[in-house]
Amino acid sequence: SLGLSIYLSVQGGVVGVVTTNLLIRGALLFSVGVFLALVLNLLQVQRNVTLFPPDVISSIFSSAWWVPPCCGTASAMIGLLYPCIDSHLGEPHKFKREWSSVMRCVAVFVGINHASAKVDFANNVQLSLTLAALSVGLWWTFDRSRSGFGLGVSIALLATLATQLLVYNGVFQYTSPDFLYIRSWLPCIFFAGVITMGNIGRQLALYEYKFIQEKTHQD
Amino acid sequence: MTLREQLREKISAAFYRHGLLCASYPVPIILFTSASILTCCYPLLRLPLPGTGPVEFTTGVRDYSVPSHEPQGDLGERPDWYRGPPVAYIQQVLVKAAVSPWDSSLVTVDVFRSPLGRAFSLLEEIRNHVHSDSSGVRSLETLCLQVTDLFPGLRRMQSVLPEHGCLLVSPGNYWQNQRELFDSDPDLLKTIQKHEPQRPAHLDLLFGVPGKYTGVSHYNKKKVVTYTMTLVLSRYDARFLGSLRARLKQLHPSANCSLRDDHMVHVHFKEEIGIAELIPLVTTYIILFAYIYFSTRKIDMVKSKWGLALAAVVTVLSSLLMSVGLCTLFGLTPTLNGGEIFPYLVVVIGLENVLVLTKSVVSTPVDLEVKLRIAQGLSNESWSIMKNMATELCIILIGYFTLVPAIQEFCLFAVVGLVSDFFLQMFFFTTVLSIDIRRMELADLNRRLPAEAGLPPPKPGPLRTREAPPPPRPSPHTITLQTPAFRNLRLPKRLRVVYFLARTRLAQRIIMVGTVIWIGILVYTDPAGIRTYLAAQVSDQSPLGDPGGGGLPPHLGVAPVFRGGDPTSTLGINPAPAPTPIPDNQSQGHHGSSRVGPLPEAPPPSVPQITWGAEDEEGWRRLSFRHWPSLFSYYNITLAKRYISILPVIPVTVHLSPQEAIETRHPQDTKHPPPSIPKVAADIQTDLTLYKVAALGLAAGVLLVLLLFCLYRVLCPRNYGQNGVTHGRRRRGDLPCDDYGYSPPVSEISPLLLRGHSMDIECLASDGMLLASCCLAGQIRVWDAQTGDCLTVIPNHGLRRSSSSGCWEQRDGWESVSGAAETECLGSEAHGSSISGDGLSEGEGYPLRRRTAPSRPTLFTDQPDLTPLIDTNFADQPPSHLCTPPREGFDFGGLVERAYMEHEPPSPSAYPSPSSASSSPPSGAQLQRRPSLGDSSAFLTQDRASTAGTQATADWESSVWAMELRGNLIAAGRSSGKLELWDAVEGSLRCINEDGVSGITALAFLNNRIVAARLNGSLDFFTVEINKPLGLLQYRGAPGRGSMPPSPCYSSEDVISCQLTRSVQCAHQKPITVLRAAAGRVVAGSQDHTVRVYRLEDSCCLFTLQGHSGGITAIYIDQTMVLASGGQDGAICLWDVLTGSRVSHVYGHRGDVTSLVCTTSCVISSGLDDLICIWDRSTGIKLYSIQQEVGCGASLGVISESLLVTGGQGCVSFWDLNFGDLLQTVYLGQSSDGQGVRQLLVLDNAAIICDFGSELSLVYVPSVLEKLD
Repeated sequence: SLGLSIYLSVQGGVVGVVTTNLLIRGALLFSVGVFLALVLNLLQVQRNVTLFPPDVISSIFSSAWWVPPCCGTASAMIGLLYPCIDSHLGEPHKFKREWSSVMRCVAVFVGINHASAKVDFANNVQLSLTLAALSVGLWWTFDRSRSGFGLGVSIALLATLATQLLVYNGVFQYTSPDFLYIRSWLPCIFFAGVITMGNIGRQLALYEYKFIQEKTHQD
Repeated sequence: MTLREQLREKISAAFYRHGLLCASYPVPIILFTSASILTCCYPLLRLPLPGTGPVEFTTGVRDYSVPSHEPQGDLGERPDWYRGPPVAYIQQVLVKAAVSPWDSSLVTVDVFRSPLGRAFSLLEEIRNHVHSDSSGVRSLETLCLQVTDLFPGLRRMQSVLPEHGCLLVSPGNYWQNQRELFDSDPDLLKTIQKHEPQRPAHLDLLFGVPGKYTGVSHYNKKKVVTYTMTLVLSRYDARFLGSLRARLKQLHPSANCSLRDDHMVHVHFKEEIGIAELIPLVTTYIILFAYIYFSTRKIDMVKSKWGLALAAVVTVLSSLLMSVGLCTLFGLTPTLNGGEIFPYLVVVIGLENVLVLTKSVVSTPVDLEVKLRIAQGLSNESWSIMKNMATELCIILIGYFTLVPAIQEFCLFAVVGLVSDFFLQMFFFTTVLSIDIRRMELADLNRRLPAEAGLPPPKPGPLRTREAPPPPRPSPHTITLQTPAFRNLRLPKRLRVVYFLARTRLAQRIIMVGTVIWIGILVYTDPAGIRTYLAAQVSDQSPLGDPGGGGLPPHLGVAPVFRGGDPTSTLGINPAPAPTPIPDNQSQGHHGSSRVGPLPEAPPPSVPQITWGAEDEEGWRRLSFRHWPSLFSYYNITLAKRYISILPVIPVTVHLSPQEAIETRHPQDTKHPPPSIPKVAADIQTDLTLYKVAALGLAAGVLLVLLLFCLYRVLCPRNYGQNGVTHGRRRRGDLPCDDYGYSPPVSEISPLLLRGHSMDIECLASDGMLLASCCLAGQIRVWDAQTGDCLTVIPNHGLRRSSSSGCWEQRDGWESVSGAAETECLGSEAHGSSISGDGLSEGEGYPLRRRTAPSRPTLFTDQPDLTPLIDTNFADQPPSHLCTPPREGFDFGGLVERAYMEHEPPSPSAYPSPSSASSSPPSGAQLQRRPSLGDSSAFLTQDRASTAGTQATADWESSVWAMELRGNLIAAGRSSGKLELWDAVEGSLRCINEDGVSGITALAFLNNRIVAARLNGSLDFFTVEINKPLGLLQYRGAPGRGSMPPSPCYSSEDVISCQLTRSVQCAHQKPITVLRAAAGRVVAGSQDHTVRVYRLEDSCCLFTLQGHSGGITAIYIDQTMVLASGGQDGAICLWDVLTGSRVSHVYGHRGDVTSLVCTTSCVISSGLDDLICIWDRSTGIKLYSIQQEVGCGASLGVISESLLVTGGQGCVSFWDLNFGDLLQTVYLGQSSDGQGVRQLLVLDNAAIICDFGSELSLVYVPSVLEKLD
């Protein structure tokens, strides 16, 4: 009986469960972010070197050590932020909530990165426009929520700004900057990444959402 | 809009016809499709096989001319890449040198010091060679490939590789091509080794032969040193090269050297994929596999899940192949790296359509003919398929206009792939699907036939677990139950093995492991992959440490310079006298006869033999195929998609005299450490390399397995349970109705939704005919358990008050309507009148007979505020409440007066329910005075005051904690300790008992006794007494015939009183949590870890059962005196009720046992770990377990001996208890996702009442009903 259960087990540990779940989700998202950062960075590195310098393994970690953790942290934040915003806005994301769709989304994201790294474009404007179209297409195909779009755009702008500042301060540099100090396709990549990580985060949150719901029902 | 509709209809009709066609002629269509696939793939045969290995093409040297850029049609055998000049011409001078005759006074260093020293003079020779003829003077400088800086980042190679000048590589580079440095080098090997480890090794690079063939080591038994001088030329000048060859041959003649020198080999290099490029590729493939896995996992309800998944993948793959083939046919050669874009193409084309088709077809009514099912399924999805395809084509078209060649090509492939994919879906996949569905039905038939004949059924396939229950009858309300013959637990061994295989999903796991191994092999065998990397590492580590047979088995000590089997190479070369340098290094087109010649002298056994074999002819083949690309890449020259021409090698044989060797000695050479120590070191080094490689491989393997395991755990964390054999089940989230907008097949069992409660339902009670539910708001509703009609609403007083007057007006109107229908006394007609009443009471706050119209106030849709409803202050109930006259709360006076004036004064028997049958047909006047069903009890109490004299007042303040329903009486135990008896049909309060003050936590109602367990651990036994005891609790006829329950046999004038017969004050030390009564026993389980068994008649405590180490959470007892208890410790105890002894004791769950049910053969338990375990009752062995969805663990029930029903996320699932097969999942409604079934009640007539949130659902299982009959 429900009332009795409430009486008997007031000390139900929903809060603890939420925290643990949040941590697990964050850790998952972090590792996904780190992995994608490493792999995609590799794509970018290859852009300049068609034939491989002898140290193959070191080129995997060719970026600075702080890049993958930063990407991981950012992706964890984004992945947690998306379901949070969904629940705050009160419009749960219902569009294509399944893992196969998420996988498709990730594949398209890697594909966008691939295109940005490997495909030879006539000029940078064309490259940026194509990538922008692809990113918006990604959003339309896999997200279609206004909150997702807004968050994606704002985070992409913020990340671009941060990168500009980093490059300006000489932390690292792009070989051929065409948009102030960075590459002009960077915002598109950021946007697509935000959408992808948000998709993963939402899918992960789906499990927790169900779990919490059941937990509260049980108590 | 109409155009759109027309289009839609046309498409739908076309698809329908197409589906009919496909299902009618499956074999011809599949043959046709296969033929077209093969035809379209035929052009692929002409494409070169994918791979990154270099390709060779051999031409003659004599008539060689630089190929032109334009493709020449007639030269058919010429490869496409053989156009234009090569990047470079490679001329190798292969030097074999030996000190001869070998003198015992020589030390090991002499084996290679003087031969290497000879390299410098040869180098001079080559560098200074000038050929002049009529066309001019040419030297090496004019012909060679001039290189500039080394690639940035390779600074440490600066010391060994030439910069700013001719690319001429020789071992002399170790000493900057300076003889002085060489001579003063105390330890040559150290210098050479200094640059290890490099990829590919400098040794290979500078010596031009693989390290182990060089012979530069202390353990060279052959005592022959081999190295090359590699000249890289940018232009080909036959005459210069010819003169150089002649000159070198003249200087160092190689007798008996039969190396052919009339062929040059052109080597074309593909774009190379290194490990670093492989990683993104592997990542995309992993994502692709995950995508395919998650997509095909959704295929369900078909005969062969794997077969269809395979068909889906085949569809996509062959459409891709077709697209490439077609593009090739029309002259578009793929320039993109196929392996790279392939995953993206698959993702773009996608498996969605295939899945949508499958879902659509399997969701058609199963009783239709296969043809029609296919056709219907196709036509249902036709619009969305066409729409999707149009959208994708549009997107690709947009992509085509980006005007980027790579993207355009990709789009082209994608378009052709999409179209061919559509073609294959329509013809291939649809047909396969039709075959599958036909097979399913055939299999179903096969299974049913012998069962009807009473024979043992044929062996079911191992895929049975995943298969949907094919309903054998066309009736829309059926669930497949296997015949009893098939349902015995004692299976033959053969079958058990099959079931074991099916349960453990062995095939699935094997395929998974196979896939992993396959990927591993793929990575390993990739020419640019790990293997060559490792092999290169091993071989490069070994040369200097290669002991050459020092103690290792012969296959490790490789020195295959001498090949015994080769007849041409066995001829010995006699040592030549020390050649004197020819001062004239300028060939003038003529040469004198060679001054040195072979001397016919038998070589002493110790004389090193220099032999030339066929393997020397193209010695570069023994080098890593990455040798040339890496050499060029050091100068930032790529060989990808270009070619080099390798000219025939110039053999040079050098014989040195021992004197010369001794002269060139460095003073330190004689003080060289004895060979044994470096040998051991070398051994260790080799071993270490091997170990390193092995450890690396092992670590990589472990990492791969871990990664896959993590991925598996992360992605499908709940699919397989932890304990024993478990079963995956479909989740709500996986259903296509979320994504594709159509519902799963629910045709077989349609649940009834009972709506009306505004808050979550807390208590459920039923006696088979009626169903009482109580929500958190305190409202009790009584439903007809068969039709789902709401019969009575007993609202909570406090909540009800605000809208009472309005309701009363409405109800008066409704009364007159029902009065008009008074003559119809049969249940069905009464039901009809209730519908008419429904319409009138539309505006009420609490609709009376609505079961579909949602009436939940929006206020409560979210999270209800439960705090005011929970009364935890049990000891201090306001007594004023009990004395409050009922009229104070309401103003019924006028209404009652009016009713009295309109109608005759009511007789006491004037309250039959509208659903009451004609067992006691009342008079018309009586019927006219029909009170509203949902009216307040106060109204009735007011009546009762005169008739029965019962002063019963409902306690509205406290919440209902326990409720039971027997006969027509609802017993409700409240948190205030009051026990109320309500008339279920009329909704009137018949009796109230206020003897106890502690909240009633559990109730048991058996015969005419009520047992109430209280929060303070006491147990109260009540007796319900009626002045007409025969009639009251007699069961109302046989169940299940009519749609309405028969009328109760007692009439309203019966005085019902509830007497406390005995109160066991300290039945338990702690609150009683469960109370069950059956077979004349009352069993109470408490938080004090004990179970007590009482006799119902005399309230005597028979046993105290101790055995749990936690509070009791679940108890099961039935008529056969089976007693099972489960506790918070996760333990399940089976007890003998007659003796009080414990029969068995198992630990089944992590966390509380939430629910327990026993059948004759097994015990079913569920726990907080959301696992349902099925135990063998006699042995206590767990048969299997079912992983439930989170939070739905407690809801389970047994319908028959072998049919288990469990609740899930908005659904109930039926399981075959004997095998643990999921028979069917019934979804309770679209709106209920996210809501789990919390309580599940199996009624006698096999209806299932489940409670999710504020709604009840009534699921009928009519076939079970028949079975029970």
